[in-house]
Amino acid sequence: MNDSKIPAWVNIIVLPMLNIFFAFAFSAIIFVAVDVNPLEAAMVMVKGALGYQEGVGYTLYYATNFIFTGLAVAVAFSAGLFNIGGEGQAYLGGLGVGLACLGLDQALPFWALLPITMVTSMLFGALWALIPAYLQAYRGSHIVITTIMFNFIASALMVYLMVNVLKLDGQMAPVSRVFEQSAVMPMFHEIAGWFGWSFSESPMNLSFFIALACCVLVWILLWRTRWGYAIRAMGSSPSAAEYGGINHKKLIIIVMLISGALSGMLGLNEVQGYGQQLKLDFVAGYGFTGIAVCLIGRNHPVGIILASLLFGVLYQGGAELAFDFPNIDREMIQVVQALVVLFSGALALMLVKPTERIFVLWDRKKKSLGKAQAEA
Amino acid sequence: MYENLILILDATLRVSAPLILAALAGLFSERSGIVNIALEGKMLSAAFAAAATASVTGNVWLGLLAAIGVSVCLSLIHGFASITHRGDQIVSGVAINMLAVGLTVTLGRFWFGLGGQTPALPDSARFTPITLPGADAVADVPVIGPLYSELISGHNILVYLALLMVPFVWWVVFRTRFGLRLRAAGENPHAVDTAGISVAWIRYRALICAGILCGIAGAYLSTAHSAGFVANMSAGKGFIALAALIFGKWKPVPVLFGCLLFGFLDAVAIRLQGAELPIVGEIPVQAIEVLPYILTVLLLAGFIGRAVGPKSIGVPYVKTR
Repeated sequence: MNDSKIPAWVNIIVLPMLNIFFAFAFSAIIFVAVDVNPLEAAMVMVKGALGYQEGVGYTLYYATNFIFTGLAVAVAFSAGLFNIGGEGQAYLGGLGVGLACLGLDQALPFWALLPITMVTSMLFGALWALIPAYLQAYRGSHIVITTIMFNFIASALMVYLMVNVLKLDGQMAPVSRVFEQSAVMPMFHEIAGWFGWSFSESPMNLSFFIALACCVLVWILLWRTRWGYAIRAMGSSPSAAEYGGINHKKLIIIVMLISGALSGMLGLNEVQGYGQQLKLDFVAGYGFTGIAVCLIGRNHPVGIILASLLFGVLYQGGAELAFDFPNIDREMIQVVQALVVLFSGALALMLVKPTERIFVLWDRKKKSLGKAQAEA
Repeated sequence: MYENLILILDATLRVSAPLILAALAGLFSERSGIVNIALEGKMLSAAFAAAATASVTGNVWLGLLAAIGVSVCLSLIHGFASITHRGDQIVSGVAINMLAVGLTVTLGRFWFGLGGQTPALPDSARFTPITLPGADAVADVPVIGPLYSELISGHNILVYLALLMVPFVWWVVFRTRFGLRLRAAGENPHAVDTAGISVAWIRYRALICAGILCGIAGAYLSTAHSAGFVANMSAGKGFIALAALIFGKWKPVPVLFGCLLFGFLDAVAIRLQGAELPIVGEIPVQAIEVLPYILTVLLLAGFIGRAVGPKSIGVPYVKTR
């Protein structure tokens, strides 16, 4: 065994855990700073997120969003592209869902409408990613900057559409009309009811299962297809991929279309499931959380599901925190999230060297012990 | 008509000042090779620190100092992650932005109990407009009067400071030894290293400079432009500054014009709200608001001129042995 290498299980399990542990430890310091006992807070959060059916439903509803945006970031990351525009792509995807619902909800039953909203969510999200992708591939402009700019353009576009076009006459709030009940995603408690399981009401809906299906599809795409191989090749070494005959321009476009489509599907959960009407700011930072989810999930669908659950617990538990502790509200979760991004993403390499050293020492000790035993 | 123009230009200066400071901050760090999408977060934290300190101590200068301190600290975290530990500069930037949004509101609620705001500052704890000598005397003189008394005089000291920073930053970056090394670290860090100069130390110093400028920009937002901190008050200004930095092709004077242009668009958008224009009719405010972003995208894409950044930007430097 090579002395300088650490075993795979350390890399996949121990290091991410250590990073999250550091992030939580620093979060705990901030909890203490605002006069909240971090252990008590953690108990409240876990109880609020997993302790009862409604809480679990909310947790999984949040997780649905994170799976979509996390997968979107991961697909782009696998190709070495940083898609920071999930926020705007999800916003547009939601618009696609909303327009389809507003236009067709009276004409079509749900099962005929669902394929259409799925397609429009993906289409709108993908189109919003297409321009930055094209500019990166063919004009060499940096995708991070263009996608940031497109987030702002998306947000201005939505304000314009909501205020000037989609707002109901005679209403102050910039919201569209509520969709017909027949257009809305079946809620999980309804689905559970079909199988005779009575589950508390929560916004968790069918799109959770669509998100899980996307995880499987992304896994197949990345690890079981030629495209996936090309994507990962480009991600680990663009020059080698180019030399191997991969057309990186075309691939950038394809990857970003997939990434944008995944972000866009957030609209299924947020607009067709939770909001049931179009309104402003329904993305609310889920696109950025996707970055954190992808970093903890290490670009892998299984990791992303686990990380989404973690963030679902944080969001739902964070909402519960405000009831028990007057000093904090959901913004605190933003801090925890920031620290997770910092330690799992930006400082990911910090713990690699020390961990390596510990394992090398441990390995040597084991070997010398083995030798001593053999000599004896 | 003339008076309207003066009023719009006056507003332009006020809106542009924090953009100029933040964009120059970005110039330091990006010229040294560190992508800085954390301008937004540094500015927001600085705005909070300035308002909180000024409201507790009643001294606006202590507020400015606190703003600079906080912003430099965030810069050092940025550097620790992206220079010392060679982490992704964009990921650390995202982390700092998130941290700023969450931490300012959390601490604000805890300290002041106003739902994340700071108490409104009295004029004695703010940067107030300065009337330049003779401004009142010439106010009634046609043409020159309004120009001097409205547009040039009557801003707070940070506006003048922002404008003075442009030639100063130009001098530092293009006429000093530090500036030469800074630019070299962003173009070809190996050459810098070969000359026996520490790339890491240069980049750290660049980030500290950026932190100072972002700190002033933040203090401007909460203690000069408004009277107190409100949640998320930077509202994307850090990203507009980043856009202006690219728009100005990473050079101080063009960056100034980029900031003034974007500030002008902002000022015009506010004045045009609901106004009917000849021929085109009512222009939606949002259409003007997105122009900075669209112009930057077009420029980056090379459709109107070409913006080419420092060559080694975004690449952590690995010392080769």
